[in-house]
Amino acid sequence: MYQVLKEVGLDLERANQIAGFHTNNKQKIGVPFAAVFLINFLDVCYQEKELNQRLKRLYPAVNEQETPLPRSWSPKDKFSYIGLSQNNLRVHYKGHGKTPKDAASVRATHPIPAACGVYYFEVKIISKGRDGYMGIGLSAQGVNMNRLPGWDKHSYGYHGDDGHSFCSSGTGQPYGPTFTTGDVIGCCVNLINNTCFYTKNGHSLGIAFTDLPPNLYPTVGLQTPGEVVDANFGQHPFVFDIEDYMREWRTKIQAQIDRFPIGEREGEWQAMIQKMVASYLVHHSYCATAEAFAKSTDQAVHEELASIKNRQKIQKLVLSGRMGEAIETTQQLYPSLLERNQDLLFMLKVRQFIEMVNGTDSEVRCLGGRSPKSQDSYPGSPRLFNSPVHKASSSQTYQTEQNNAEVEMELDHFSNGVSESSSNGFLNGSSTHGIDLEECDGDMVDSAQSKRQLCGGSQAAIERMIQFGRELQSMSEHLRRERGKNSANKKMLKDAFSLLAYSDPWSSPVGYQLDSIQREPVCSTLNSAILETHNLPKQPPLALSVGQAAQCLSLMARTGSGSCAFASVDDYLH
Amino acid sequence: MFGVTIIPTFLWPEIATSACEVTATSRHYVDRLFDPDPQNVLQGVIDMKNAVIGNNRQKANLIVLGAVPRLLYLLQQSSSSLELRTECAVVLGSLAMGTENNIKSLVDCHIIPALLQGLLCSDLIFIEACLRCLRTVFISPVTPVQLLYTDPTVIPHLMSLLSRSQHTQEYITQIFAHCCKVTHSSFLGFLTPEHQTVLFNHGAIQNIAPLLISPSFKVRMQALKCFSVLAYENAQVSMTLVNVLVDGEQLSQVFVRMMQRDKPIEMQLTAAKCLTYMCRAGAIRTDDNCIVLKTLPCLVRMCSKERLLEERVEGAETLAYLMEPDIELQRIASVTDHLVSMLADYFKYPKTSVLDHDLKHAHELRQAAFKLYASLGSNDEDIRKKITETENMMDRIVSGLSESSIKVRLAAVRCLHSLSRSVQQLRTSFHDHAVWKPLMKLLQNAPDEVLVMASSTLCNLLLEFSPSKEPILESGVIELLCSLTQSDSPALRVNGIWALMNMAFQADQKVKVEIVRALGTEQLFRLLSDPDTNVLMKTLGLLRNLLSTRPHIDQVMSSHGKQIMQAVTLILEGEHSIEVKEQTLCILANIADGNTAKELIMTNDDMLQKIKYYMGHSNVKLQLAATFCISNLIWNEEDGSQERQDKLRDMGFVDILHKLTQASDPNLCDRAKTAMQQYLA
Repeated sequence: MYQVLKEVGLDLERANQIAGFHTNNKQKIGVPFAAVFLINFLDVCYQEKELNQRLKRLYPAVNEQETPLPRSWSPKDKFSYIGLSQNNLRVHYKGHGKTPKDAASVRATHPIPAACGVYYFEVKIISKGRDGYMGIGLSAQGVNMNRLPGWDKHSYGYHGDDGHSFCSSGTGQPYGPTFTTGDVIGCCVNLINNTCFYTKNGHSLGIAFTDLPPNLYPTVGLQTPGEVVDANFGQHPFVFDIEDYMREWRTKIQAQIDRFPIGEREGEWQAMIQKMVASYLVHHSYCATAEAFAKSTDQAVHEELASIKNRQKIQKLVLSGRMGEAIETTQQLYPSLLERNQDLLFMLKVRQFIEMVNGTDSEVRCLGGRSPKSQDSYPGSPRLFNSPVHKASSSQTYQTEQNNAEVEMELDHFSNGVSESSSNGFLNGSSTHGIDLEECDGDMVDSAQSKRQLCGGSQAAIERMIQFGRELQSMSEHLRRERGKNSANKKMLKDAFSLLAYSDPWSSPVGYQLDSIQREPVCSTLNSAILETHNLPKQPPLALSVGQAAQCLSLMARTGSGSCAFASVDDYLH
Repeated sequence: MFGVTIIPTFLWPEIATSACEVTATSRHYVDRLFDPDPQNVLQGVIDMKNAVIGNNRQKANLIVLGAVPRLLYLLQQSSSSLELRTECAVVLGSLAMGTENNIKSLVDCHIIPALLQGLLCSDLIFIEACLRCLRTVFISPVTPVQLLYTDPTVIPHLMSLLSRSQHTQEYITQIFAHCCKVTHSSFLGFLTPEHQTVLFNHGAIQNIAPLLISPSFKVRMQALKCFSVLAYENAQVSMTLVNVLVDGEQLSQVFVRMMQRDKPIEMQLTAAKCLTYMCRAGAIRTDDNCIVLKTLPCLVRMCSKERLLEERVEGAETLAYLMEPDIELQRIASVTDHLVSMLADYFKYPKTSVLDHDLKHAHELRQAAFKLYASLGSNDEDIRKKITETENMMDRIVSGLSESSIKVRLAAVRCLHSLSRSVQQLRTSFHDHAVWKPLMKLLQNAPDEVLVMASSTLCNLLLEFSPSKEPILESGVIELLCSLTQSDSPALRVNGIWALMNMAFQADQKVKVEIVRALGTEQLFRLLSDPDTNVLMKTLGLLRNLLSTRPHIDQVMSSHGKQIMQAVTLILEGEHSIEVKEQTLCILANIADGNTAKELIMTNDDMLQKIKYYMGHSNVKLQLAATFCISNLIWNEEDGSQERQDKLRDMGFVDILHKLTQASDPNLCDRAKTAMQQYLA
């Protein structure tokens, strides 16, 4: 039994919690009971999985780390006459129910995040109890729970006995039909225009409230004995087609963006876009393209061609894993840069160490490691703004004209400025990046499984690597003495050295460092540092504005502008 | 004044010269069509093409100067180069894009057969040019659609061209969508699906269905429109449509996808129409999810303020049509998105405007709203209450009844009729707003379809509990109703006699006399032999109402006894339904209740034999009515009851009554026992 549960991947305490058992005395679950339990448990697991999938699909713009979605009623945020069961989804009334003073409500665990754009939940009336005085709606945190939703300020409800809507008032307005046992009532909050409408058995009843405040919680209230309702926050398919309603609003918002007036500055608009594109090309040292583009759009390039080519050369070296040469070239071309910036130098050297392990660094390669050719090419490249098609097709067309390494570098480097070096940190994340990493891992395994050996398999190279490691260790100590502790540096070095602890570093938990995609942040940081010495921006304006747009969206989410839900930056980067 | 005269003097010569110039250049264009060198002709046509684009005056000029016959000639000549023929078709297409007058001239020059002939050519570019021009001509309201069907080979050929290109698909489906008209035959009184049948028989469904998933939006849209006109009121087409699969998917599901809220409104609305028509034709159940959860909400959305006026009109009309026969759909619609109050906005469009098309929009909106209200309220009392409680609703109906537009008047009276089925509304809002007044006015001089609705509404207003009954009586409505009974339309005859029947129910002697006088016995007996059973039933109902309470019975029978007895005999002897015979026996029972009128039966042995026969009939209802009649005849407390009892005993009625006391039907059994007691007392 326990084994089964373990294999499912969950600990028992959590399992008990989910299945609604309270094993205070830490009793072990009996075996005959276990089978039933397991079935219930797997059912709940399945339900949870479906819930997560549905919520992700409905509200992709919500960052649940910041603003978790409501998933159940809160056992802490309810009046004592309310009882919860079935995973805190079923609500029943357990008071006297004699007067309106016996009314009781419960709120969901979390308020509705604005980044939903459109939020929806349903409540099924299991039993109307004695009088069916049930209210379904929304309320802000702190609103009295000894009341039905709608009666107080910042509280809104639709009541089953008379079909009236209550907008922060003790007297209702005629709104819709009454509802009773067996009916499914839905409540939809539109966070774009701050309105709310209800549905009954899948039919929209029309707007009930306007000018809603932000951060409302799904709320239900009951008032007479026997009243029981079940909530559906996404555990099951909804009766009402909410996705169709969301489609309409997505289209509306996108039409609004498309039709956004540029006004009389139209001429400037075009010039500005051209400037942004040109500066982007220059930043990433796509010299030929930048030159051609500047020529055809009649612009001046603010950096000398030679300088761009220098940066290009260094980037090429970093991205192909030839760190030693990259460092040397940098020192040659920009003599004081690394001297003044010891942390950067340290980072480059740590990377060099990793490349040595990898067998790609020039110092070990010349000692008879793997064929440099296979390493020069750069597998598992990240996608251009996560668009897989672009990379594949364009690299093909380029290859016919230019040499392989350069092309790949130019293309692969795209995402650098955007993803890793962005101090704004707008890339929403670990998730998208994680996918890239996985795919890269897959590539590596496929291509290099048979020939993957430490430092390319050469004994001399291993010795050189170990020596280099010692140098690195002493540089680290030197740095610490001179400039104090630096946890980032320390961790970097520790992670790099950990590679040696495994017989197959590539498939070890720290093996990700060997992935070529890890060259990108290094490359980007170095590039930015060089540009800074020339008094050029660390980041190209294009990446900056993309970052700003993304940042703006997350700011909108925080300040309660729901339209951010339907305007993902990714939708426009294709 | 001075300034006003000056300005035209300055302008006039200028306009005149420019007009002259245009005519001169136009003539030049036409002249070039007659050049002996084919190369020059081609260049001339191309120049002409460039000259007419977007220039309506140039188009009119060229038509006046006779360019069309020449272009058609060049187009039809097999000696013309393909390029020339194509350019000719393009210019003709351009000319057709002008005013309606242009289209008329083109049609008069027999452009349609010429272009249809051109479709037989194998060159796709030329075919597309011809089709494009044909499309423009056929979608004009001035072109007679029949021209598409004159040559029976045309439709199959068009079907075969559907596979050629996206353009042929777009143009052909657009032609079909505009040329598939359901004509209302006033002689036959129903719709003739002639065009639908022709297209259906030539495989329109199989050929057009795949176009619903075409990559081209225009093609998808026109194909969808085709299906909406094909399915309208056509069970054969609708039944076929439900079984069609498009790329493995059911057609109804394809339509449902087209109603998604991010699709263009035109597409949502047309897809909703298709499903509505399929549902009304019986191909989709009214409780099917694609109707209840998709089509109905989609149509309600089309009524929202956010939509264009035309969309709101079409949405409301289609929704009214969808739910007309189904109370469940009416109930759902009545609570969907505040539809009832949303419709009130339809009346807020300006009623008075200087612009003609504004007025037309206002009319269209109002009639659509009335239609939808009528449909919503046709069955459910709560919905009717909700409608009448909508702001100014009754005032709006009252003013709608006297609007200039017939369409609005008809829709308003339909709405009123629907609401008049409510006892409560008849007692309250109908009386408060004196709706009978405009209704009476409407009845004076109106086309038949309005009359049918208005008179039917009047029937309800004349029900005994309706407070409007009195004022209507006083307004002299009897003559009007009597004239309706003489109408050729069975519906009007029924309504006329029905209203009279309601009027006579528990009425004063004065009113009854007036009815009999105004109707005339001759007309009354003519109605008793009416071929329409409804008319017959209501006429018998009127007679029965006239013959109630003893003094009235004797009074009516003393003046018309002979004819009435004749009519009763005739009906009892004729081939009629049980209901008719029952009603007739009830009349006889009423007669038997009179003091003097009784004798008309007692002295008529033939009639007594008939009653005896019906007492032994296999149908309980008839037995009951006949027994009731006898019971009245032998009732103890009246003069001469002893003689009647004796006579009837001699005729063997007591034996029959005795037998009936053993009847299995409790009512009949009771009735027979009561009658028997008259003998025992």
